[in-house]
Amino acid sequence: MTAAQWIVNLAGLAAITWIVWYFWLYRKDGVQAALVAGAQQVDVIVKGGYTPDVITVRAGTPVRLNFTRRESSLCSETVVFDGIDRSAKLPEGETVAVEFTPERAGEIPFQCQMGMLRGKVVVTE
Amino acid sequence: MRKFWFAAAVSVPTLLLAYPSVRWLYAPNWLGGSVSEPLVWWLFVLSGAITLPVMAYSGRQFFTGAWAALKHHSADMNTLIALGTSAAWVYSTVALLLPRLFPEGMAEPFYDVTAVVIALVVLGQAIEVRAKGQTSQAIRKLIGLQAKTARVLRGGAEMEVPVEDVALGDIVVVRPGEKIPVDGVVVDGRSAVDESIITGESLPVDKGVEDDVVGATVNTTGSFKFRATRVGRDTALAQIVKMVQDAMGSKAPIARLVDVVSSYFVPAVMILSVITFLAWFNFGPSPAIAFAVVTAVTVLIIACPCAVGMAVPMSLVAGVGKGAEHGVLIRNGEALQVASRLTTIVLDKTGTITRGKPELTDVLPAAGRDAKALLRFAAAADRPSEHPLAQAIVAGARDRALEPPEPSAFEAVPGHGVATTVEGHAVHVGNLKLMTRENVDVAPVQEHVARLQEEGKTAMYVAVDGAIAGVVAVADTIKEDSVEAIRVMMDLGLEVVMLTGDNPRTAAAIARQVGIDRVLAEVLPEDKAMEVHKLKAAGGKVGMVGDGINDAPALVEADVGFAIGTGTDVAIEAADVTLMSGSLKGVAYAIEVSKATMRNAKESLFGAFLYNSVGIPIAAGVLYPFFGLLLSPLIAGAAMAASSVTVVMNANRLRFFRARSFSGAPTAAARTQEVTT
Repeated sequence: MTAAQWIVNLAGLAAITWIVWYFWLYRKDGVQAALVAGAQQVDVIVKGGYTPDVITVRAGTPVRLNFTRRESSLCSETVVFDGIDRSAKLPEGETVAVEFTPERAGEIPFQCQMGMLRGKVVVTE
Repeated sequence: MRKFWFAAAVSVPTLLLAYPSVRWLYAPNWLGGSVSEPLVWWLFVLSGAITLPVMAYSGRQFFTGAWAALKHHSADMNTLIALGTSAAWVYSTVALLLPRLFPEGMAEPFYDVTAVVIALVVLGQAIEVRAKGQTSQAIRKLIGLQAKTARVLRGGAEMEVPVEDVALGDIVVVRPGEKIPVDGVVVDGRSAVDESIITGESLPVDKGVEDDVVGATVNTTGSFKFRATRVGRDTALAQIVKMVQDAMGSKAPIARLVDVVSSYFVPAVMILSVITFLAWFNFGPSPAIAFAVVTAVTVLIIACPCAVGMAVPMSLVAGVGKGAEHGVLIRNGEALQVASRLTTIVLDKTGTITRGKPELTDVLPAAGRDAKALLRFAAAADRPSEHPLAQAIVAGARDRALEPPEPSAFEAVPGHGVATTVEGHAVHVGNLKLMTRENVDVAPVQEHVARLQEEGKTAMYVAVDGAIAGVVAVADTIKEDSVEAIRVMMDLGLEVVMLTGDNPRTAAAIARQVGIDRVLAEVLPEDKAMEVHKLKAAGGKVGMVGDGINDAPALVEADVGFAIGTGTDVAIEAADVTLMSGSLKGVAYAIEVSKATMRNAKESLFGAFLYNSVGIPIAAGVLYPFFGLLLSPLIAGAAMAASSVTVVMNANRLRFFRARSFSGAPTAAARTQEVTT
């Protein structure tokens, strides 16, 4: 094997390792919701994903997530909270509030309808 | 579309340049029939340069989307397109500017891939947006039912205001032919209202003072005033729209499997692309690097995560919308999926199969007596009574244009009947106990009574001046389309079970008339849920159809609860499927729509999985060693664009779905489009 081949093959393996780590293994930090007018509120920007995409809240207090979609991509036009049977259309540029009260500790995932963009609400006691 | 046309315009010259066999087009014979090497090089440079604005303008959303996703540690379709097209562009540019980096003859640029793939995917997306709009047509129709303006009384004067400005407590004036703008209670006037939009009931309903009216229904010939009790997003129509929207946005359980696939899909394709590159680079024929780049780019471009991700949601949106068109509100994707797999359907008798209120069915005079006179006496005797059976006889007489006279004496005998005096005659109406007490010989009508009881009807003896005059019978009657709806359910392969608190004889009589074999009679309201539970335990997927509050536990216990013809909030809360009309046909329709939707979703899903699992290996070049076949990245781009369009088109087919349970015209939502305010 020539030196060029070695370099190309090693670069390929490095690329695979990076993909596995960056997309699958990387763990993200959560954002703690702030209390605003009796509800735990977080503003979520929708653009290629949800920012923030991990939100920590307390059980028993209402949660208000203000979604603002800043892209025209069809993927993100609906946000679905699967476990609690809620969904919302997110017209581009508008802020849409999704409100619910988590009853117990656990995780409430949310995502676009096709499951490409993902986030979760981590509920603590 | 401008983005597409720009990309398409650039694609043409880049394509022409990429294929030496068509160079005669721009190098005609009089120029010597060939193009010099330096000119070709400059033409490639030019084509690389004009491809840049294609990426920056037509394909901008792929690159910004991919970058935004990357920042979130995620990857989507944008990532694949951005990577594929930019890899092609970068390789071509390096090959052009630094050909010495590559072995002799391997530095072949292909800018056409970048331009053509972007053009095709942009075109595919434009078609997809248009097709998607058609899929969610039902919700737009529903929203379109809302009246635009309302006539309200303010400061003593009538004024027309936008419907959004109607406040709670406003007095709204409705003229003949107008649409009712919001929900309320009639305070003055009288009219018949066509409520078919909300209830599916085709006959207009009479409305007078204190009756409820519902927004979006249509007034017929009278005029009236009502007080607004629910406005804005609280109206029945707004609630329905919200429910349908929520259902469209929900997930069917089948989609959860897809989610798992989706979350790994794009990175997995990227890894496959790298592996493909390395395989061709190490083991491919010469020029290995060119093969490696082309196949790696083709893998990125052909993979279509959208087709997989969209399959179930698109069918769900179309299916839920199709349901709403016929007044069938399916709560969510899970209800729809389970409804498609039901094996048993339990029908509550009273109010579901039957109308739920007793009606006069038979007037059978004794020999020598007149039927009209018999009914007139019976109705007169029952006039003061509040008993539902007595009321049914009075209503039955009035329906037959007989106005019963006022009795001069009236005594209700609990558990027996009534003893009265009508126009100087002693009239007794009641059961056998009453006749025995009055020493009336019932033998002349006993044959009638036996037959009526056999038919599940309640027979009442009528004696005039101590002699039997005949019998009248009252029964809960079957809704006119119950028989047909039950037949459709059976045709769909469902076992139909009737559940009732009535005695077995009455239950069996009704069951026989509608063609049901399996009857669970004398079931107390509190035991209904238990019966449903038993059917589930026996291995069936059980749907329960009920109409009211006392059915709520059974509706919840069932795999799918259908609330029929009410709009009462309790039933809607408890139900997975709400039928706005009182017709059982809605149940059959809901099941038919569910089956069609799930079949459609599975077709799309299967197609999308098949496409990717066949397309990606072919793009990687697995056929090359055997047949020398290699997929062009251009064809991959076209296939990718076509695959997601196909999924949306397939979901759109559901719009033309015709159910056996509604062989007639579509209802309300579609029809009332023509009604203007």
